[in-house]
Amino acid sequence: MFFRAAWSLVLRRRRLGMRGIHSPGDTAHSQGKMTPYTGYHAQRSYPMPDEPFCTELNAEQRALKEKEKGSWAQLSHAEKVALYRLQFNETFAEMNRRSNEWKTVMGGVFFFCGFTALLIWWQRVYVFPEKPVTLTDEWKAKQLQRILDMKGNPVQGLASRWDYEKKEWKK
Amino acid sequence: MSSSALTKPQMRGLLAKRLRMHLVRAIIVSLGVATFYKFGVAEPRKKAYADFYRNYDSMKDFEEMRKAGIFQSTK
Repeated sequence: MFFRAAWSLVLRRRRLGMRGIHSPGDTAHSQGKMTPYTGYHAQRSYPMPDEPFCTELNAEQRALKEKEKGSWAQLSHAEKVALYRLQFNETFAEMNRRSNEWKTVMGGVFFFCGFTALLIWWQRVYVFPEKPVTLTDEWKAKQLQRILDMKGNPVQGLASRWDYEKKEWKK
Repeated sequence: MSSSALTKPQMRGLLAKRLRMHLVRAIIVSLGVATFYKFGVAEPRKKAYADFYRNYDSMKDFEEMRKAGIFQSTK
């Protein structure tokens, strides 16, 4: 029971790298194939598929499945857990466990944002043409003065912030 | 199997309870936002316009603009 628990922990940690590799002598998890090559596809949105997790059962497991057909009150706790593990790969608690994937994701996102910033900087230095005359400081100052002369938005907007007597922005 | 019997969890009425709680919260938040907008934005704006136009002299305003030289129809 504990050997199987320890082995299943090892299998789960190296789930993707150990397709079909198993030591001779363990029981429920030595089914040869692993997902996605079996019919068992469980995910958080579809947690209990029709196919059981272990389809190739050894003699001990087949005997247990026969016993399951009788009254469940006669099953011991360990047998019930074994039947659960035959049917399902992970418990809900195991399936819902947290991971540190978000750190990788955020790190990748920030890294590529930074890389993009470097590209854009290079573009600004080597690719962009001259700014148009309307974006120079003198032109922008004359534009602002004209808007203030026309009293644009005098109630709550721009001209309302300008003091026309002192010719400066209101404090 | 388990040493002490667990309390039976709530089995029914889960959606109704959730909907009622969210409905109450939504109403409170909506009313709060509306009240805030009325007294934080709408009333000050009405007051600003009223204050602006109380002693507004449109001819004086026009003369200032004309002197600044922005019109094309007159100097």
